[in-house]
Amino acid sequence: MDVLYFAWVRERIGHPTDTVDSTASTVRELVEELRGREERYAVAFADLDALRVAVDQELTDFDAPLAGAREVAFFPPMTGG
Amino acid sequence: MEIRVQEDPFDLGTEANAFAARQTGMGAVVTFTGIVRDIEGGLDMMEIEHYPGMTEKAIAGIAGEALDRWSLGDVLVIHRHGKLAAEDLIMMVATSAPHRVDAFQAAEFLMDYLKSRAPFWKKEVAGGSEGWVAAKDEDEDALSRW
Repeated sequence: MDVLYFAWVRERIGHPTDTVDSTASTVRELVEELRGREERYAVAFADLDALRVAVDQELTDFDAPLAGAREVAFFPPMTGG
Repeated sequence: MEIRVQEDPFDLGTEANAFAARQTGMGAVVTFTGIVRDIEGGLDMMEIEHYPGMTEKAIAGIAGEALDRWSLGDVLVIHRHGKLAAEDLIMMVATSAPHRVDAFQAAEFLMDYLKSRAPFWKKEVAGGSEGWVAAKDEDEDALSRW
């Protein structure tokens, strides 16, 4: 699946997308896998309260299932308008 | 509804007039415009990032809910991304309705939801440093009134 990062999450990780082969069944498990990749991922995902997640472009939460998901995006709270 | 997510500037007067002109049987048009606010010491640039694909869907979802909840003729949302300067127009919403209360309330609803449910992120560049604009608790709290 494709994993996308926006705003400071993208900056901390250093690139905008990863393509991952994941066995994670929830977003939270995917975060654990990503945290284990490299220090910069651990830093970006240090505080989940500061992050929001979308699965297949729908805002959801960290307990959301990933079965069949094609795209997961992580980002800070949005500041539109 | 019409949703436009674009890098290019837009002309408020042209958009508002065109929106009003294509309504029929509507007694009210309300528009709101968001402007890049300058900061003390001067803002060099505001950079707006968004999530292509999700942005349009999220805004269409919010506009669809407004159309369900109020008696409206139409909804227009224009939101820019990319590099903007102080005093540039960031975005606008326009609503039309037979009566003004629906048009006003729907415009406020749209703005409250666009603030914290449309995937945009603002970065301010000033005096050689840059920082992401933090979401405000009151913006999240504002959603509870709807």
